Parts: sequence; structure tokens; C-alpha cells
Amino acid sequence: MLEVNVTGKFFGDQKILGACKLKLKPAERISILGPSGVGKSTLLRIISGLDTNFEGVVKCPEKLAFMFQGPNLLAWRTCYQNLLIFHPEVSQTGATQMLEQVGLGDKGFFYPDQLSLGQQRRLALARTFLSPADIILLDEPFTSLDPKLKLEMLTLTRTLLDQSKSTLVHVTHDISESEYLMSNAVELKGNPATLHHQASDE
Amino acid sequence: MRNEHLIRLVSLGALLLAWSALSIIMADPEILPSPRSVIQKMGELWATGDLQKHLLDTCFRILWAFSLAMCIGGFLGYFMGRNPLANAWIDPWLIIFLNLPALVLIVLCYLWIGLNEVAAILAVTLNKLPLVMTLIREGARSSSSELRDLAKAYKLPKLKVLRHIILPELLPHIVSAARTGLSMIWKIVLVVEFLGRGTGIGRQIHTQFSIFNITGVLAYSLSFVFFIMLIELLIMQPFERYATRWRQHA
Ligand SMILES: Nc1ncnc2c1ncn2[C@@H]1O[C@H](COP(=O)(O)OP(=O)(O)O)[C@@H](O)[C@H]1O
Ligand SMILES: [Mg+2]
Repeated sequence: MLEVNVTGKFFGDQKILGACKLKLKPAERISILGPSGVGKSTLLRIISGLDTNFEGVVKCPEKLAFMFQGPNLLAWRTCYQNLLIFHPEVSQTGATQMLEQVGLGDKGFFYPDQLSLGQQRRLALARTFLSPADIILLDEPFTSLDPKLKLEMLTLTRTLLDQSKSTLVHVTHDISESEYLMSNAVELKGNPATLHHQASDE
Repeated sequence: MRNEHLIRLVSLGALLLAWSALSIIMADPEILPSPRSVIQKMGELWATGDLQKHLLDTCFRILWAFSLAMCIGGFLGYFMGRNPLANAWIDPWLIIFLNLPALVLIVLCYLWIGLNEVAAILAVTLNKLPLVMTLIREGARSSSSELRDLAKAYKLPKLKVLRHIILPELLPHIVSAARTGLSMIWKIVLVVEFLGRGTGIGRQIHTQFSIFNITGVLAYSLSFVFFIMLIELLIMQPFERYATRWRQHA
């Protein structure tokens, strides 16, 4: 499924990542824990193929979904368009169903600016889960949310994950998120940062 | 809002009134003709077909210069905004052109290319080009890298990225380049015609000027101003509203 074997990643002459090995089976879930600035986003960008400038090998399935720290919506497109542009194979009915599931059933023709912050987040979630991806990558999408919204988003994400049966790679600095999503926790730490699997894994 | 429109109208009326009053006080139609005689002159020029003919010629030059400057300037500006190396190469030229007086460019174009249509259109285009480049470059620089990542992660085809991300993100900058560019073009196009073309509003102003016919000068100028305000109202403003429609919902 997913095979990561990163040996080094540099920004300029500064080594950010050291040895990071990761192997996931289909439907496996993992949370990479680490403090801010340690290199979590960097690693996730490498895994997703957004960043190809590193030492090592990554084998990642083609069909992936990526959720960023911010909602990252197209402000100039409606909710429907925000979903369908990224999932051209999905029908409008499919999009409507997904919008209903995240509680935006009546907002299809709204622009993101007309939504509340929580609704924008849920739209981003809908975009991530709209069509079945082999692997889902989450880059701290629940950080900087107030506790109530965070819980709501986590519950929704878990439901959608259970439905989709996709592989999950999730990075965060908050271990409780990993518990909610029922994922195995691994740690990214050190300078340069390396991946530490706990004894309980594999 | 309504109130504001009314104030604008009254203010415009006051200007006309002041002009009328001044022309009566001065009582010299050679120096300051009344609004009525200017409008009358416009009517005459319209009846002979002169006004439309020259307006059309000027319009043709504006259209060419505008399109050329927007396309070339948009492309170059975007390229410079996305590529620091290209920017380093082109920027010094840009600064020189930005600071070159319009008149110098016009005269040089005529001298080097000749007194023809190509030189005229090129002179207008070159005057507008640096402005478009700077504005579009600013837009390209402020474009979001997160949306690019999003497009890349979902493997969006290039054409879709252009249509749904790059162009909409750039649109406010394109609109402002179009608006400031247009208002610059129609000041310069008259000078270009004045100096070296046989037709167009600028040429007619030259003719009227050389026979010291102030009524004629005013008739041509005001028709042109009126025409431009019409374009502004009927094309540019609706376009701007369309381009920013998603914002007004907020
Ligand atoms: N484009 C870049 N250029 C230079 N340094 C970068 C770049 N992106 C990230 N870094 C550095 O790499 C380190 C890890 O960043 P990041 O992966 O974003 O951390 P995290 O996501 O864990 O908070 C930080 O020290 C950051 O300053
Ligand atoms: Mg990060």
C-alpha cells in the first residue's frame, strides 16, 4: 500500500528529516505525532508527492486525498463547484449526499464566504472524502479549532473514515486526536527528525 | 445610496450651470462658447458623419492597443511574478519604460517606424504595457501556494488549474489593470493622433486647434469624454462586479 523510506530532507544546508520509514497496509491508520516545527508537514508533503526533492524512496498510491491545516477552499466557486472540480467523476447527486452528511445540504450554491468557519471546515472535509481515495493525508486539520468544533470535526472524520475504509496518515501534535480516529501513534522527533515506532506497532 | 446618486447629478448640473453663467458673463463665444452651442456643434458633426468616423478610428486604435497590452503585459507580468530569475532580467527594462515620458515613446515610435498605424498603436501599447506588467506581477506574487498544493495533490489537469485557480485568483488584478490601463490609454491615444495620424478625435482636435475653433475642440473632446464614460458604465463596471461577485455575498 504505502511504503516510505526517506533517508534525508534538506532545506538549504539544514537537514530537517533523517531516517523515516513507514509501511502501511490497506485501511491501516496512523497518526504521526510531533511538536510544531519538527517537520511533520514536510514529511507529509514528501509522502503525498507534493515535494519530490528529498533523499530516499516513497511508494504512494495515485489516488489520494489531502486535507490541509486551513480549509483551502476556492472562494470564487460555490460549494458544489468546490467539490466537483476536484472530483469530476462524481455526480451532482453524489455531491449533494456528501454535503448532507456534513450538514451543508442546503448550502450547495453558496460561496465559501457565506459559510461560517465551522461550515467551511466541513466543506473541506466533504472534499476530502467525496470520492473513495486509496489513502487520505491529514495535515493538522483540527488544530486551531475551538474544542467544540474540534470534537464535531473529529467525530465526523471518524464516521467518514469508517465508511471509506481508506488508509490514513494523519499528522498532529495532539495525541487525543489519534485516539478519536482510532489510529496507531508514531512519533517524529529529534533534529534532524526521525520516525520512532512504538513497540506495540507491527 | 440613492442620495449619493442625486448629489452626483446635482453636482454635474452645477458644473453645466457654472459654464453657462461664465459664457454669458464673458460674452465671447470665440473664447468660451455656451454649452448649447457646443451641443449644437456636436449635432452638426454627427449629422455630417464626421464625429462617428473619427470616434470609430480612435476606438479601433484603443481596442488594439488595449488588447495587445493586456495580453502581452499579462503574460509577461505573470511570468515575472512566478519566476524571480525572469523578474531580475526584465525588471530593469520595466523600470526604464515606466519612467519614460509618454511623449518620448510616441515621438520615437513615429521616428523609427514611420507615421503609420502600426507606430501609433505600438506607441499606445508601449505606454500601457509596463503598468499592466506591474499590476499582474503583483497578483502573481500574492497567489496562494496552498491552492497550488491542493491542485497538485488532486492531480488537477493544467487547464482546470488555469480556469479555476490561476485566473480567478488573478482576476481582481486583471480588472484593475484593465481599468487603470484604459483610463491611461485614452489620454495617450489622443496625443498619438494629434502628433501623427490623419484621422481620429486627436487629429480633429488638432485641426480645430489650428483654426482656433474652441467650439470645435470642445465638441470633439466632450463627445469623446461622453463616449468613454459610457464604456466605463456599460462594460468596465459590470465586468468588475462580475469578477468580484463572490465577495459581495459575504
Ligand atoms: N520551504 C521551506 N524552506 C525552508 N525551510 C522550511 C521550509 N518549509 C519548512 N521549513 C522548515 O522546516 C522545519 C519543519 O517545518 P514543518 O514541516 O512545516 O513543521 P511542522 O509541520 O511539524 O510544524 C521548520 O523548521 C521550518 O522552518
Ligand atoms: Mg505543519
